[in-house]
Amino acid sequence: MSEDINLTKTLRERRIIFLLLVLAVAIPIIFPFSLKTHSTPLTEKAFNLIESTPAGSPVIISFDYDPSTVTELQPMAIAIIEHAWRKNHRIIAMAMWPQGSQMADMAFSEVQKKFGEEKVYGVDYVNLGYKPGGMVIIQTMGRNLKTVFPKDTAMNDYDSIPLLKNIKTIKDIKYVVSLSAGDPGLRDWIMTANGKFGIPVAGGTTAVSAPGFLPYVNDQNQLSGLLGGLKAAAEYELLLGYEGTASRGMNPQSIAHLLILALIVAGNIRVWRNRKKEKMAKEVNNG
Amino acid sequence: MAELMKTIGIWLSAYFTLSIFSFLYKDNPFYKLAEQIFVGLSAAYWLVYTIYNILIPNLFNKLFTDFAHNWILLIPMALGIMMLMRMFPKLEWLSHYPMAIMVGTTAAIAMLLAFQSDFLSQIAATMVNPFKFSSPVDIVGTILLIIGTICGIYFFYFSKKQEGFYKIPSKVGIWFLMVSFGASFGYTVMARISLLIGRLDFLLRDWLHIIR
Repeated sequence: MSEDINLTKTLRERRIIFLLLVLAVAIPIIFPFSLKTHSTPLTEKAFNLIESTPAGSPVIISFDYDPSTVTELQPMAIAIIEHAWRKNHRIIAMAMWPQGSQMADMAFSEVQKKFGEEKVYGVDYVNLGYKPGGMVIIQTMGRNLKTVFPKDTAMNDYDSIPLLKNIKTIKDIKYVVSLSAGDPGLRDWIMTANGKFGIPVAGGTTAVSAPGFLPYVNDQNQLSGLLGGLKAAAEYELLLGYEGTASRGMNPQSIAHLLILALIVAGNIRVWRNRKKEKMAKEVNNG
Repeated sequence: MAELMKTIGIWLSAYFTLSIFSFLYKDNPFYKLAEQIFVGLSAAYWLVYTIYNILIPNLFNKLFTDFAHNWILLIPMALGIMMLMRMFPKLEWLSHYPMAIMVGTTAAIAMLLAFQSDFLSQIAATMVNPFKFSSPVDIVGTILLIIGTICGIYFFYFSKKQEGFYKIPSKVGIWFLMVSFGASFGYTVMARISLLIGRLDFLLRDWLHIIR
């Protein structure tokens, strides 16, 4: 009987927490206010990699995610494409996840709104589409890029695309940015593109997988910068000097975190009080 | 027409979002329907995508248009067919061969690259002179990195009973591990909240037009 009462109470409390979380996120979205975001060294490192690469350099952005992580990774994709285009880099987009190719198209069309006709498909950017195989594919790209991607997503032949004219292998690429939601993804790029071919690799990941990649940002420069989650995307937008979807998400994110902190504190106080009660009851029973 | 399709898409998306969220109250038919549709759609999408984007361009097109130069593709095709034999209990043993080839080659390729990036480079990355940096933050950070790595690895050293003096580095290792678990939890919370932000932003902006 008392177990049933406890279960009902737990369910009720859980629903209250869900409701509070929805309110903590929804209210700052409806009534925005400005909480300041500061850039961190991990984001700055990725930013500096793109900033210091000479104009005209061919670069790869790998879209290794699908719609389930679009909230975190799409703002990063948009910011990185914008930065690369500001520096006049020529972007080769590819994907190791099936829907990554569509994610790339969406990101390009979003940034294209700012650049207009200045950026031309086939000259300034190209979408080579999806290829399965993970690190094996990257190794093959080290021998011959054309054998991996004989055509782009618009079915143009590799040789007919002006951007790819002088690019034979992945060694002709100046840097790789992998926007990764899991496997295959960033780890394959670190192991192969950086470990085997020595190409600088930066990464953007979901916040869940970011801690696993932190050891690669080290003295050996296995990873030249890491964007972890929506917060890092907001930092990148800040460094570029505009307010995008990630920056707007920082208000609800901060409020929700404060609520969770308060709930953790309240939960711990409750556990402490219950333990104290049990201890006192034991002492009374023992006389 | 395009505008109508967009509107239908937004309403469907809102319906399925709310159906999935309804599980937070309790399990219900709306949630079950949304879940089953998601599973079915994903499986169908993968099947169609694999046929049209992998099998047709990489296998069938090459075999039918230029067999002389691509006959070697018959080998992976045969291995693929053997893999499908798992569906027939009497011929299931045939699938063991392609599976063995896959496991063997994947392990060998991954091992070579992992040895370089996850072993040699990671060890080299901890062999840093902390005092080469000018900033006190970097010096302290590098010292913590070295202590944390040594003590963390020592915690998993089981050939010596961890008592007395030998218990100290092990305890320090646990503390570092606890901090890393806490950081991972923090990142996980951030990711989940980000997903909620994405969905609520969609509902409030694209569906209800409460915000612009």
